[in-house]
Amino acid sequence: MTRILIPSGALGLGYDQTALERGIAAKPDLIAIDGGSTDSGPSYLGRGVSKYTRASTKIEWAGLIRARAAAGCPLVIGTAGTCGTDSTVDWLVEITREILAEEGMIAKIATLKSQQTTLGELTALPGAPKLDAQTIAQCTNIVALAGAEQIQAAINTGADIIIAGRTTDTAIIAALPLQNGDHPGGAWHGAKIGECGALCATNPQSGVILVDFDSAGFTVTPLADGAHATPHTVSAHMLYENSDPFILHEPGGHLDVTAARYTALDDTRVRVEGGIWVPADRYTVKVEGARILGYQTIIMATIRDAHYVKNVQAWCDDIATKHRAKVADRLGDVDHTTELRIIGQSATLGALETHGTAPHEVGVMGIVTAADQDTARAIAMLLNPYLLHHPLTKAEEVPTFSFPFSPAETDRGPIYGFALHHVMELSDPMDAFRLEVLT
Amino acid sequence: MTTVADIVTKVRSKNAGPFWLTVDIFCGDAAAYDRVVTGLSTDRVAAVFDVAPETLKRFDIADLHVVKFSLPRPTIQGDIADRDMHGAGWAPLVAELALN
Repeated sequence: MTRILIPSGALGLGYDQTALERGIAAKPDLIAIDGGSTDSGPSYLGRGVSKYTRASTKIEWAGLIRARAAAGCPLVIGTAGTCGTDSTVDWLVEITREILAEEGMIAKIATLKSQQTTLGELTALPGAPKLDAQTIAQCTNIVALAGAEQIQAAINTGADIIIAGRTTDTAIIAALPLQNGDHPGGAWHGAKIGECGALCATNPQSGVILVDFDSAGFTVTPLADGAHATPHTVSAHMLYENSDPFILHEPGGHLDVTAARYTALDDTRVRVEGGIWVPADRYTVKVEGARILGYQTIIMATIRDAHYVKNVQAWCDDIATKHRAKVADRLGDVDHTTELRIIGQSATLGALETHGTAPHEVGVMGIVTAADQDTARAIAMLLNPYLLHHPLTKAEEVPTFSFPFSPAETDRGPIYGFALHHVMELSDPMDAFRLEVLT
Repeated sequence: MTTVADIVTKVRSKNAGPFWLTVDIFCGDAAAYDRVVTGLSTDRVAAVFDVAPETLKRFDIADLHVVKFSLPRPTIQGDIADRDMHGAGWAPLVAELALN
């Protein structure tokens, strides 16, 4: 039997302090929290930085470090600092040391680093982009996703605080139940249900839940006032951000929950059994990488004149043609992508948009991507006079449109793209990972 | 004309990692679920997404009253041509479809 306390779906999202105190009183064996995700896009991995502010991270992490001391159990964070690169692990170590010094506490810290400098043979997963040696070389950061084995190794150092780089969302929760001999299918299934905290219950923003693992399955207990887990809320969580709601691939095998049974124990707790862990022939870990695709500058105008709102697509098409010629004339043969995105009409869906009705105002956002920032900015500056004054026909008086900003152009810096959706085989789970106990 | 949104509790869409999208239709009850299962073909969902029907994975989950569609992202999350970092905009395309 293993009891894991999960304060929230991610460090930085906040948690209910009263519920956390209930969790501490329940004497957990381990506190586990996820620190990241690819969900906010490739820029964080590409730059090796956190999505959340240092201030939020420090306040929430300090609360968990105090909770760990009160509960007398290890605290584990996976995918520290959103992307789980070495730089974000080091960032959280620095914050941890600051907190310990300020609180006058002593704790043993272990780090598990996931960043890769060379890659073994890769196997593409469904939907993977084309990959060649040059693409891999262009990646600014590559990480491998650690599984339960690497987290177990970290736990077995006896560390009080474990700061892990990229891991699967579930590994930090499943590791200790698996090591304790709890039901393997239950360990991974309970970890998947619990990885977003109280998202598997009502009052999902309260964050804090307990998951109890045993020899047959697991039990989920949300801890905040007004938070209830039901068979529906728990089983529905298998749908979330999963392309297949019954199968979950992890290092060393996969979880199959086709035959899982979800039973209400009362109006708050749910009991789950029947998830099956299917070991694989090979031990593989997923890898993620991001590389620079170009540099971007954006410029925006808003249009309120009814005549121009009605004809905005023709206006944009005409500007695109004239701007392309102007770029060639002033800058020569430069490689660039320039898009005029019509906000209020088709900005979200582009060609897939099904609605044709005209709004009373639209925004036109020029998005310029080029090989370097100076070129991107120059191309956006050439767009500026058109967005400000371009008439639909030569017969019209020169119009003026609204610019929200001066300067009108905003540099967005480097734009990153995800480059890897592959797995890498390891002969030993620790081969691609580095475990260190800090002094 | 009855649309999906008229009879279900919620339609949501989200990334399933940077290379996949997933759309969950929470029907709410058995009657609405049956109506969606019989009245919303995979071909029509594929058409509104402008992808080949065989690229869509469909799950009709009676226990949850959920119909789920997953597809490889037509544009990788965050690439220059991607308009929708979290994949939120695909849900209304399905929600606004008329049921047969």
